[in-house]
Amino acid sequence: MSNDRHQAPPDPRLEKRHTPEQTQALEERVKALESMLTQKGLVATDSLDKIVKLYENDLGPLKGAKVVARAWVDPAYKRRLLSNATAAIEELGLGGLQGEHMVVVENTPTTHNVVVCTLCSCYPWPVLGLPPTWFKSAPYRSRVVIDPRSVLREFGLDLDESVAVRVWDSSAEIRYLVLPERPSGTENLTEEELAQLVDRDSMIGVTKAGFEPIHEGER
Amino acid sequence: MGGMTCYGPVEREDNEPFFHADWERRVFALTMLSLGGVANLDEFRHAIERMDPVHYLASSYYEHWLAALETLAVEKGVIAPQELASGRLQGRAAETPGPLPAGVVAEVVRRGVSAGRDSGRLTPRFAPGDRVVARNINPSGHTRLPRYARGKPGRIERAHGTFVYPDSNAHGSGEQAQPLYSVCFEAQTLWGPDTPSRDRVYIDLWEDHLESA
Repeated sequence: MSNDRHQAPPDPRLEKRHTPEQTQALEERVKALESMLTQKGLVATDSLDKIVKLYENDLGPLKGAKVVARAWVDPAYKRRLLSNATAAIEELGLGGLQGEHMVVVENTPTTHNVVVCTLCSCYPWPVLGLPPTWFKSAPYRSRVVIDPRSVLREFGLDLDESVAVRVWDSSAEIRYLVLPERPSGTENLTEEELAQLVDRDSMIGVTKAGFEPIHEGER
Repeated sequence: MGGMTCYGPVEREDNEPFFHADWERRVFALTMLSLGGVANLDEFRHAIERMDPVHYLASSYYEHWLAALETLAVEKGVIAPQELASGRLQGRAAETPGPLPAGVVAEVVRRGVSAGRDSGRLTPRFAPGDRVVARNINPSGHTRLPRYARGKPGRIERAHGTFVYPDSNAHGSGEQAQPLYSVCFEAQTLWGPDTPSRDRVYIDLWEDHLESA
């Protein structure tokens, strides 16, 4: 990814980092809530640890990258993925919470798809993991429907006027994944190597899949 | 907020971690595991929408979750306000079916909880290609019909099947399961003639959000 995207000065209205006092107040509120929910028998401490571990370590965009790479090498799989994404993703042993019903939309040289949830932050968790902060932020959610091209430019993607942009404003019930275009010059790569080219942002549709390996932390 | 342009550039963080503080991990886990015993997901989203707007915009994502979970736990009588303030149990704990055991967490995550229904309104009134108009309704509560689409003409792109209607389910009025569609709107219809003519916005809308054009 190019790094010219952090030029804008931080907007103090959108700075949501906390002072130590605010953090402490939040910690105390959460502690009280956890204590109550535990004592009332609604949650168990070991289950809380378990679900955090699951989402921090096991789920992430690597799963979606597998789906994309399979679609790139297997035309029959790609057809199934585009006609019934939920079933095709299930074929790879993936699916579940916050992604019970999936739709995959395909990028082509003439059509570019990008996904948003303007009303909250719906995102396909089983294939991409938990969403990045920017996806849940007011600037992205508000602007990408009215001016997708300028938002994509902020991500370093300058689309030609001839390319049609399709913005998908999700419901919570249907979660969308973008099938990026397979980069040219990748004819000799294996499915595993191809999966390395697919990063999170290309499956949200704010970038294209490229050659640069994805950052470890974004997986 | 869809269609507003006042919030500035999209700010990103390289190699962003899933959580920025330990309290965020706890809020995430508490919500994921306790919400089912407190309220439904549509009520949860509505509780976030009911936050003070200044607080909403000035606070982080997991603060939204924390505020909504606290609000619902108190409103539903699961936790007394004094208990929330003190962190100490007042009187006896209510009977619950018991917490989700750690051993089945992975299975629940893998299986999910579908809002799809095979009961309710099963026969779609509209078919792909049909011309429709998003109703110009402005309810005071929760709705999945974004403000920017109200009153605008579009075309049915695909029918997703029958799903719980959040506009009803968020208000204790039952699931009212009905067909859900992806509806295609031309960008120029939504935003005027200065927008690129080929661009489209596809919005997931329920049948009660739509009427025939």
